[in-house]
Amino acid sequence: MRDVAVVGFAQTPCVRETDGTTNGVEMLVPIFHEVLGSLGLTKSDIGFWCSGSSDYLAGRAFSFVSAVDAIGAFPPIMESHVEMDAAWALYEAWVKLLCGEIDTALVYGFGKSSAGHLRRVMAMQLDPYVVTPLWPDSIGLAGIQARVGIEAGFWDERAMASVAARSRAAALSNPLAQLSGNVSVDELLASDYVADPLRRHDCAPITDGAATIVLAAGDRARELCERPAWITGFEHRVDSPSFGARDLLTSPSTVAAGKAAGADGVEVAELHAPFSHQEILLRQALGLGDITVNPSGGVLAGNPMFAAGLARIGEAARRVHDGSASKVLGHATSGPLLQQNLVCVMEGRE
Amino acid sequence: MTRPLSAPLDVGFDYTRSTGPTLGRFLSDLRRRKVTGIRGSDGRVHVPPLEYDPVTAERLSEFVDVAATGVVRGWSWIPEPLEGQPLDRPFAWALIQLDGSDTSLLHAVDAGTPDQMATGTRVRVRWRDERVGAITDIECFELSDGPAADPVEADDVTMVTTPVNLHYTHSASPTEDPFLRGLMDGRLIAQRCPACSKVYFPPRPACPTDGVPTTEQIELSDRGTITTFCVVNVPFLGQRIPPPYVSAYVLLDGADIPFLHLLLGVAPEDVRMGMRVEAVWKPREEWGPTMRNIDHFKPSGEPDASFDSYSQHL
Amino acid sequence: MRPAAVVGTGQTHHAAKRLDVSMAGLCREAIDRAMADAGVDWPDIDAVVLGKAPDLFEGVMMPELFLADALGAVGKPLLRVHTAGSVGGSTGNVAASLVQSGVHDRVLAVAFEKQSESNAMWALSVPTPFTMPVHAGAGGYFAPHVRAYIRRAGAPEHVGAMVAAKDRRNGSLNPYAHLKQPDITVESVRASTMLWDPIRYDETCPSSDGACAVVISAEPTSSRAAWIRATAMRTEPTTFAGRDQVNPQAGRDAARALWQQAGITDPLSEVDAAEIYVPFSWFEPMWLENLGFTDVGQGWKLTEAGETEIGGRLPVNPSGGVLSSNPIGASGLLRFAEAAMQVMGTAGDHQVDGARVALGHAYGGGSQFFAMWVVGSERP
Ligand SMILES: [Zn+2]
Repeated sequence: MRDVAVVGFAQTPCVRETDGTTNGVEMLVPIFHEVLGSLGLTKSDIGFWCSGSSDYLAGRAFSFVSAVDAIGAFPPIMESHVEMDAAWALYEAWVKLLCGEIDTALVYGFGKSSAGHLRRVMAMQLDPYVVTPLWPDSIGLAGIQARVGIEAGFWDERAMASVAARSRAAALSNPLAQLSGNVSVDELLASDYVADPLRRHDCAPITDGAATIVLAAGDRARELCERPAWITGFEHRVDSPSFGARDLLTSPSTVAAGKAAGADGVEVAELHAPFSHQEILLRQALGLGDITVNPSGGVLAGNPMFAAGLARIGEAARRVHDGSASKVLGHATSGPLLQQNLVCVMEGRE
Repeated sequence: MTRPLSAPLDVGFDYTRSTGPTLGRFLSDLRRRKVTGIRGSDGRVHVPPLEYDPVTAERLSEFVDVAATGVVRGWSWIPEPLEGQPLDRPFAWALIQLDGSDTSLLHAVDAGTPDQMATGTRVRVRWRDERVGAITDIECFELSDGPAADPVEADDVTMVTTPVNLHYTHSASPTEDPFLRGLMDGRLIAQRCPACSKVYFPPRPACPTDGVPTTEQIELSDRGTITTFCVVNVPFLGQRIPPPYVSAYVLLDGADIPFLHLLLGVAPEDVRMGMRVEAVWKPREEWGPTMRNIDHFKPSGEPDASFDSYSQHL
Repeated sequence: MRPAAVVGTGQTHHAAKRLDVSMAGLCREAIDRAMADAGVDWPDIDAVVLGKAPDLFEGVMMPELFLADALGAVGKPLLRVHTAGSVGGSTGNVAASLVQSGVHDRVLAVAFEKQSESNAMWALSVPTPFTMPVHAGAGGYFAPHVRAYIRRAGAPEHVGAMVAAKDRRNGSLNPYAHLKQPDITVESVRASTMLWDPIRYDETCPSSDGACAVVISAEPTSSRAAWIRATAMRTEPTTFAGRDQVNPQAGRDAARALWQQAGITDPLSEVDAAEIYVPFSWFEPMWLENLGFTDVGQGWKLTEAGETEIGGRLPVNPSGGVLSSNPIGASGLLRFAEAAMQVMGTAGDHQVDGARVALGHAYGGGSQFFAMWVVGSERP
């Protein structure tokens, strides 16, 4: 197989609400400019484009169609789209590069969560016959999982608050983060419940944003980047949607993806954990021990839906690019209660 | 700079779902105040019944009656219920393992206050009076270690209606905003691309061939040329005027891209590609930030434009 | 890039309303047939790719998630592709790339649409604030471009009706087709109601519930296989200044790349059957030109001469095509699967004799997303 690496990454600031449209163009134009500019590329140098976004997030059919205006897609481009987090678009692009037809790919994801009522929109992901008609909100569902873990002794509210406090402190070094600061665990625990046992800080904020990654193969990657983040394992799996039949305290899809991707020995991991307790669960599922997780602050510091998973991979790759780590892991999740999970392991080479 | 215009966008539809045999059995039984599960390949009884086994992917078929009473296996507390949820007062979401089932069903528990809730608590179904064969036939669960109401007779259902009502705020783009504000004054504001110099009407968030925001504003007249058209003879949902009428691409003078609008004031059989037209505006008091301010276009009486003058816009 | 082949195909009986099944049941009807055709079982499948048009059609956000059990995807990789109307074709191409890249040995591609869950007209025309009112309805978007084609090509008015009559007659040979009209004639099509002049009622596709599935494998699983000789995808913006909406550049570029990759220099002579996405009759001659089967302005002559009938020089849509069945998200994969069936010799009554090379084609959005593949009976 060909060697493929992440060579470029850019993302918008994570903000509570942007002025732009739900087709993402206003968010994408500057980050395309940034990522291509940093690599000395123009759009005609890109062999394949692939994006991830959601019509239900935008509130209308074909919301991704106008996004290609941000590319300036004429002459025509080789392009595809997944109705998933753009981490899976990155996977599709990686496969395309492995086929050998092209040497570069640009992947992007965008989401304007502020346009709708996210807690209700996410209920549309549930079983449409016997679950969605009850409109279970994403936070209420995650609250059940959190309580099951608390009662099983897997974590407690203090451990959950510690995750949030650490995320916000880490985000102080991330100028694009939405939430950052030094907060004490006791301060956090003094706040009210949003959905007992979850407090505001346990839940990822509502965020508008976009992210983009450039992939390149072999020599092209070495030309473009001093220290490419070579993809050494890229795997994803899905679990049954029947969460009432699942053990909510583990994530078989994460365990399997992590094993297959070779998560052993990573030094830094960016985990896509929209709720504080899920970071604890994922760290366990991936066998990460006590290595540094989410140095960017993670999605508790900014959660641009459909771009956040891609951004985790970009943030992890950045540690390879800057030489601060030699083996890193980016993780993305999708679906209710961590139903679908993706793991991308990247390494720097001397 | 002021923020671009925004307005509510409601997405609402009553979806009509055919249930198939497995879910049909479950929903029909709910109508009878009965709960039915299904046995999976590993012997577990699933409630709600699964159509296909999560392990083997085989179609499941062994229905198992379970009780309308059970035990809370996990819960969260919703202090402020959202639109569409089972209760409009604070309640618990709970995973409930019904007696006779090996898996848990998600539903609401009407517990009053969170201190009444606990994992392991016994609950029973509170049936809705008017049952239609839907998961909402279970109004909610209530705290009780007593039996649930007895089953009754009811006909089978094969369809379930699922209303979906979502509410969004739709924003115009910064480039669209001057165009929309111009329309409120009866002006047609286009934008020119700084890279290719093409004039876009309506303006786009970015030039679709260059990927850069358009910047220069240009005011256009309300005259133009029909590039191509069709005669609408068919009634459809949301139609404004009775057919037949003409839906036409209008290329405004000075613009580099045509848009669809209505052409009236001429018999459909007399409309031609290349016909010159002008806007007919609605009364000023009806104007808003929309192209609907132009009620329709009508022939201007000028001679037809030559094919060459618009052939690049087809 | 290693070779990959379609080793099994399956589809549902398509109908306006498949009220006898759930969404899962609809998908499984196609999947079970494809897996039986390929002679494979669930442990043989490494990954699943699901394609579907907008989520608003069924009112489920990312339905592959709730369908994971039915798709046999639990514990496996599951991708969800959405590239508007071309999605069925893109689904086939993405599944092919998973095998061609060496990532997987055997992949299941599934596409479906259950239009009867809602109303596509509603879903596509949710009244978005500030946007231009469209006064035209479903076919009204494409009818002006058809008019432009007729003018540019100087095509006689009956050619559209010829396409419609041929595709519906072909549909009557296809046991899975939604519309079966063996007695339809050019005259009866021309006598049908003019909906969006120049498009008549009988020249428009139906609205269908349906699904399609194919198994793609690195090695044959039986004596039959449709080897994927080339795939291509191209995109351009919906509209831009100077855009050719009749003969879009993205389609021309995709076709050129496709023929080159397949080693085909004269498509009209070298391709034995074509399954082309024709939702309105006139798109047959338009796409014949766009795909390079004929010169610009000449496509209608091939149709008029009867050369696109079964038995002609280039049978187009022997299955009956989109004009006979249109489960939107699945329509592209149906074209791809029907092309494979032709070279596998499994097309039954609509089999083109001796077909060895076939084209599957899909397009979507405002004629801006294109996905195609060429399959052949010979291992490359
Ligand atoms: Zn431009």
